[in-house]
Amino acid sequence: MPFDPQLAEIRFGCGLSPRLTPPESAAGMMARLTRPDDAGQTYPIAPFSARLPQLAALQRARRDRRKAKSDAARRDAEEHYKDLRRTLRTDAARWTGHAFLRRALTRDGLRERLTAFWADHFTARGVGQIWSYAHLPYVEEAIRPHVAGRFADMLRAVITQPLMLSYLDQYRSFGPDSPAAKGKRGLNENLARELLELHTLGADGPYTQTDVRQMAELLTGLTFDMKRGFVFRADMAEPGPETVLGISYGGPGATLDHIHAALDDLATHPATATHIARKLAVHFVSDAPTPSLIRALTARYTETGGDLAAVIEALLAHPDAWSPEMRNVKQPVDFVGSALRALDLVPRHLPLGNLRRMQNMLLTPMALMGQPMGAPPGPDGWPEDDADWITPQRLAARLQWAMSAPFQLRRTLPRPETFLIAALGPDAPEPVKFAARAAESRAEGIGIILASPAFQRF
Amino acid sequence: MTLTRRQMLGRSAALGCCLAANPLVTPVTLASAPSDNRLVVIILRGGLDGLDMVQPRGDADFSALRPGMPNAKDLDGFFALHDGLSPLYPLWQEGQLGFAHAVSTPYRDRRSHFDGQDMLEAGTGMEAIGHSRSGWLNRALAHLPGADARTAYAIGRADMLLTRGAAPVANWAPDAALTLSSQAELLLERVMHDDPLFRDATLEAIALSATDLGSTADAATSGDMMNAMSESVRAARKGAQPETIARFAATQLRAETRLAAFSLGGFDTHSRQDRSLLRALGPLATTILTLQAELGAAIWERTTIVAVTEFGRTARLNGSGGTDHGTAGAMLLAGGAVRGGRVITDWPGLAETDLYQRRDLRPTRDLRAHLGWLLAGLYGLNRTTLETEVFPGLDMGADPRLIL
Repeated sequence: MPFDPQLAEIRFGCGLSPRLTPPESAAGMMARLTRPDDAGQTYPIAPFSARLPQLAALQRARRDRRKAKSDAARRDAEEHYKDLRRTLRTDAARWTGHAFLRRALTRDGLRERLTAFWADHFTARGVGQIWSYAHLPYVEEAIRPHVAGRFADMLRAVITQPLMLSYLDQYRSFGPDSPAAKGKRGLNENLARELLELHTLGADGPYTQTDVRQMAELLTGLTFDMKRGFVFRADMAEPGPETVLGISYGGPGATLDHIHAALDDLATHPATATHIARKLAVHFVSDAPTPSLIRALTARYTETGGDLAAVIEALLAHPDAWSPEMRNVKQPVDFVGSALRALDLVPRHLPLGNLRRMQNMLLTPMALMGQPMGAPPGPDGWPEDDADWITPQRLAARLQWAMSAPFQLRRTLPRPETFLIAALGPDAPEPVKFAARAAESRAEGIGIILASPAFQRF
Repeated sequence: MTLTRRQMLGRSAALGCCLAANPLVTPVTLASAPSDNRLVVIILRGGLDGLDMVQPRGDADFSALRPGMPNAKDLDGFFALHDGLSPLYPLWQEGQLGFAHAVSTPYRDRRSHFDGQDMLEAGTGMEAIGHSRSGWLNRALAHLPGADARTAYAIGRADMLLTRGAAPVANWAPDAALTLSSQAELLLERVMHDDPLFRDATLEAIALSATDLGSTADAATSGDMMNAMSESVRAARKGAQPETIARFAATQLRAETRLAAFSLGGFDTHSRQDRSLLRALGPLATTILTLQAELGAAIWERTTIVAVTEFGRTARLNGSGGTDHGTAGAMLLAGGAVRGGRVITDWPGLAETDLYQRRDLRPTRDLRAHLGWLLAGLYGLNRTTLETEVFPGLDMGADPRLIL
């Protein structure tokens, strides 16, 4: 099947826009993806390492509050703590706005989609007051620079990110025989298990409980502190070699290199190739992808040692990618992002500096749609099955948002017939064309177009 | 794809019926309900540590595995109740709270939350991982004479495999709301018509928001539609508190609903379990007490609450004061209909050689057998049906007589 610019923008990008022409070819999409990140620079989100001093300050403020000697000192400390919290929250809301502006205005929608895909694959959620609102900076630093690079590099980046080490308890894992354990502390196998099950080999992969345990021992030493961020502490590491999937890593002296070697092997393992290929096919093409598509992606992954740009190229080259049948449902982030894009939103339309309005317009509605930003229910991330998203209660939130948010964001709305072309192109289904004409108000007409399966599927 | 009520709603749409013919808005008489007994299934997500919830203090090996455990309320001289559930102790004294210990699904060795939860909800064996399209609660429903779209309710935002399948189940969340003008409603039905997934979810959303929340589905103006989002945002701000879910469930159970299901999270306690489990058990206790208060004495007498989790955790504490993924755990039973005041178990012991793979509490009974006997006791489902269709391949064993 031939390349279709509109389908390319809907299925692999951020949706149609009245001001931006869709990509002209798969080669053009790849060229944009491998060039510098324009949208990222125009709408910045702080990387995690820039965020860390603020988190450290927040932690200090909490300690000061706890240790304050007088009522006055406690009040001051409380005030300071609250200020810091408000700043962090407002920053996070602005960054959410920037993430949506990237989707609304980019010419490289594929990069936004891949960033979301890999952020989900490597889910790390900020838990507790210090770590909440750290999700987007984590993605900015560990995920986004690698979406067209090598999987092994992304894997190394996420496994050494403080948010991941915190979320999956790695910083609390001590080699039982390490000097730092002092006979009191020991292993925690949470990260090791999810690394094998979710991040690389897959739940049906060829590993055993013994591999999980050995991997957990090998990972000891990965930790962070609030001043330097990630550090490798050899004194926390379990001495001696560990055997994972039949390969022995490390020796008498523990170093980060041994962990890198194991991660590199996992990254190029055949089970990992299939696991990643299947996930990409499911996410972008169909909940039930053809074996041919999975084989093609697995083969390219294997040939190139996990070069993600090459795998995406193979995806765009496969006939399944251009099947005109819309077989997937947009996740809430894609639904809202593509709606903002079709609505031709510009930065002044979003209440970037107003935390309360950002929550009312975007954050809480997304939570009601089942996708609170950066906070999936578990380390396996968001569901892919369409039926998980289109439940009556979650769909109700999408419908309600579609009916009211466009007007509240833009005030002057386009005519529904004009919006129909912007959002769906000239070939919209007849009932949607009819609804665009028959709606009683502009807001209602636009809401129904956004609510239509033609807009919500890709 | 979720079939079931969707399918059924789809069929009525295909016949040219409209909202009025939707089974959810057609009044259901109580006489047509299969039974007056209520069953509430709570899925505890994350792998609850049964050894901490119901502590085998009488086992000589317990204190070595779990040094420094704070005091817990003695239950029967052998087991003691975690402090986080102490608000439920009066129920224990009245015989309305019980536990089954050392139970698990047939899930073994992989210890993945996601597969473990799928198996728990599917009610099948290991072979069905990744292939299950229906849950045991839904399959049970198919065998209840007179069951209809309101008999079972899945509550909360997340879809649950437990309630998916061929029988109709209502899905709704207490903070979901939908206000549409009548013109918008007609146009939506039209644009959704050819897409069964969207069409059926839309019809159900319109029907349930109209009947459950007392809000009119027929907004006079598009201004009302605008305000509706703000209202649901306000409701959501207050958060999906366990009280909210429990109150919503109780409202349904006081009406036509006989089976309700929802989930609670926070049980994945890899570190500092002393703090994290306390935080997770609190909402469970609140949920049960809210259900008791909201259902009223007469319905509470006919109510059974069962809380189950995908697997237990390691018998030993790990190096960071938590536990890792394990095998057998415990289930909780509560309600006026329960023959409680006891911990039902074939206790396997905690000596290292007694542990499963020298690591986890050894399962001595399939937790599905208890669920099966509950369904038999509450709704008269026969054993053959339970062992072949609801829980395929299960041997239910002896009847633990869970229901009064």
